Amino acid sequence: MYTQALDIPQQGADKGPKAVENPAYQAEFDAKIDAGGYIEAKDWMPEAYRKTLVRQISQHAHSEIVGMLPEGNWITRAPTLKRKAILLAKVQDEGGHGLYLYAAAETLGVSRDELLDALHTGKAKYSSIFNYPTLTWADIGVIGWLVDGAAIMNQIPLCKCSYGPYARAMVRICKEESFHQRQGYDLLLTMMKGTDEQREMVQDAVNRWWWPSIMMFGPHDKDSVHSGQSARWGIKRISNDDLRQKFVDATVKQAEVLGVTMPDPALQWNAERGHYDYGAIDWDEFWNVVNGHGQGNVDRLAARVKAWEDGAWVRDAALEHERKRAAREDQAA
Amino acid sequence: MTTPNPAPLAAHLEYVTRLGDNALILGQRMSEWCGHAPVLEEDMALGNMSLDLIGQARMLLTHAGKLEGQGRDEDQLAFLRTEMNYRNLTLCELPNADFGRTMVRNFLFASFQVLLWERLLASHDSELAAIAAKSIKEARYHAQHAGDWVVRLGDGTAESHERTQAALDYLWPYTAEFFVVTPSDEAAAAAGIGPAWSELEAAWEAAVVPVLNEATLTVPARTPFKSWGKFGRHSEHLGHLLSEMQYMQRTYPGAQW
Amino acid sequence: MERKEWPLWEVFVRSRNGLDHKHCGSVHAPDAKLALQVARDVYTRRQEGVSIWVVQADHIVASDPDAKPELFDPAEDKIYRHPTFYQLPDEVNHM
Ligand SMILES: [Fe+2]
Ligand SMILES: [Fe+2]
Repeated sequence: MYTQALDIPQQGADKGPKAVENPAYQAEFDAKIDAGGYIEAKDWMPEAYRKTLVRQISQHAHSEIVGMLPEGNWITRAPTLKRKAILLAKVQDEGGHGLYLYAAAETLGVSRDELLDALHTGKAKYSSIFNYPTLTWADIGVIGWLVDGAAIMNQIPLCKCSYGPYARAMVRICKEESFHQRQGYDLLLTMMKGTDEQREMVQDAVNRWWWPSIMMFGPHDKDSVHSGQSARWGIKRISNDDLRQKFVDATVKQAEVLGVTMPDPALQWNAERGHYDYGAIDWDEFWNVVNGHGQGNVDRLAARVKAWEDGAWVRDAALEHERKRAAREDQAA
Repeated sequence: MTTPNPAPLAAHLEYVTRLGDNALILGQRMSEWCGHAPVLEEDMALGNMSLDLIGQARMLLTHAGKLEGQGRDEDQLAFLRTEMNYRNLTLCELPNADFGRTMVRNFLFASFQVLLWERLLASHDSELAAIAAKSIKEARYHAQHAGDWVVRLGDGTAESHERTQAALDYLWPYTAEFFVVTPSDEAAAAAGIGPAWSELEAAWEAAVVPVLNEATLTVPARTPFKSWGKFGRHSEHLGHLLSEMQYMQRTYPGAQW
Repeated sequence: MERKEWPLWEVFVRSRNGLDHKHCGSVHAPDAKLALQVARDVYTRRQEGVSIWVVQADHIVASDPDAKPELFDPAEDKIYRHPTFYQLPDEVNHM
C-alpha cells in the first residue's frame, strides 16, 4: 500500500527521543493496546513502536506528496475547465494528506525537515505506484478509480489504529478521499460513452495500471516482514492479502459496469472461496520498482528535490523577515 | 506603435471576455505550481488561488458565450479560440519563473482585480454583478496573501530582496497595459457595464505602492514599454501556454470528457 | 540564521458559531499571519470552519502524562457531581 515499503528496511530520518524501557510502563501500554485504546503523543511507548510509526506515517506522507506528481502531470492539459478544477482540487488534497501525516509523524519527535531529508536522499521509501508514468488523460481516471480505490481500502482500517494522531489524520483523509475515487470513475464513464478512440484509451490505461494497483497492497502475507508486530500494535489491522482480495472483489463489478476488462485471464469467480481468483503477481517487477528501477523513480525524486531546493531562498527569507520584524517591534517597545 | 485594432467584438462581450481570460490564463499559470511549491503549505494556498481563478473563468466565459449568442460554452471559449482571440492582460500569461515573480505578479494583478470587482458590484449587467460579489472575496484574499509574501521576500534576505526586486522590474512595465484606454472600455463604461480600466490607475497605485515600499522595493519608473495582450496581440509565451492547455480539445475534436 | 525550519503552529477551528474551537491539526509557518492563512488553506477547504485560532506549538503548556493519576483520578469518586446520581420520582425526573 502507501506504506508497502514498510516491508523494506530503511535507515535514517529518526532522531526522536528514545524511550527508557520500563516494565511497568510496558504493561500499561500493552493493556491499553489490548483494550483497543489509543496511545497519545506524550504517552510512554516502546521505542520500537515509536520507530515503526515514524517509518509508516512518514512513508505514507511521502507517498501522498510524490503522488501529486503523476496526476499533476495532467493538470495543465485537462480537457475541460470542470475536469481541470476537479483534478487540481484532487491533487491539492493529496498535498493536504501529506501535510496531515507529516504533522502526525512530528508528534513522535521528528521534524518534517528531517523526514523530507530522508526522502530527498533516497533513505526513505514511498509507494512505488507513483513511479509509473501517466501517459494519457485516461490514466487520470484510472488512478482515481484503482489507485485511490486501493488506497481507501487500506486507509479505512487505519482510522482506528492505535496511535491517536495518526488515527485522527486518517479520519480526515478518508473523508476527503471519498471524492477521489468517484471522480476518477465518473471521468472513465464519460470516456466510455464517447468514441472508440476514447474507449481504447481507457482500456489501455486499465491494462497498464491494473497490476501495479494490485501490487500496492505489498508482498504476500507469508513474505511480509513487519506485519505480525504491526498487527499486534494495532497499526496494521488487516493483512496485505486480505485487503488485496477485498479490492479485487470490489473492482471486478466496477470494471463490468464500465465495460473494460482486466488484463488477467485468470481472473474469475471462485464459488467455493466466495472470492475472485486472480493470476500470479510479477513480484520481480514489484521489487524492481521498489528498488529504484521503475521508469519514474529518478524523475519523481528529482522533481521533489528541485521543488525543495528552489524553495530554500523563500523559506529562509520568510524566517529572516520575521526575525527582523520581531526585532523592530522589540526596539519600538 | 499604435494601438492594434482587432476584429471588433461588441464592447460588452469584449469586456467580459477580458475578465474571463485574465482569470483563465492566470489560473492556468498558477496551476503549474501544484506539487512544486517551496513548502507544502504554499502548495495548498496556490492550489486554492488557482481554483478560485478557474472558477471565475468558468462563470465569466459561460457568460461571454451567452452574450456572444453563438452557442459556445466555457470550454469552447477556453480551449478552441486562436491566440489572437484571447483578451487577457499580457501580465497573466508570463511564465511563473520563481516563487518571487509569482507572488509579485499575483499581488499586482489581484490588487487590480479587487478594484475591478468592487466597481462591478454595481454593474448594470446583473450576471456580472453576481460574479463580482463572489469573486471580490477571492481577490481580496489573493491580494492579501501575495502582498504579505512580497513584504516577506522584499525585506527578507539579500538574495530574496534581489530576486523580488528583479521580479518587480520585470513585471512592472506590463502593468501599464492595465490602464491603456480602449474604445470598447469607454463604451462598456458608458453603458454601465463596468469601469473603464483606465479610471483605476490612481487607486491601484495607491493600493500597491505602500506595500512595495514596506517590502523595501524600488518602484520602477514608467518607460515607453507597451504590451497589448488585452487587444489580442500577445507575448510569445501565450502560444506555448495554449498549445499545452488546448492539447486535448485540439487532438480529439468534439469529444466529451 | 540558526533555525532553518519554520515553526510549528497548532490549528483550532470553530466549525460553526455556537461551537467550541477544536484542534484539527498543525501547519508550519514563519509568522502568525501566514500561519492563519495557510491554516485556512489547509483545514477549511470544504467549509469546515468559520473561525480559526493558531498557536505556536512551543507556547502550549501541556499536562504531564505521568501525572495523569494525581490530576484526573481524584475526580473519579465525586459521583455526586453528576445529575444521574440523584434518583427523583418519575413525575419530576426531567428536572
Ligand atoms: Fe491521499
Ligand atoms: Fe486520494
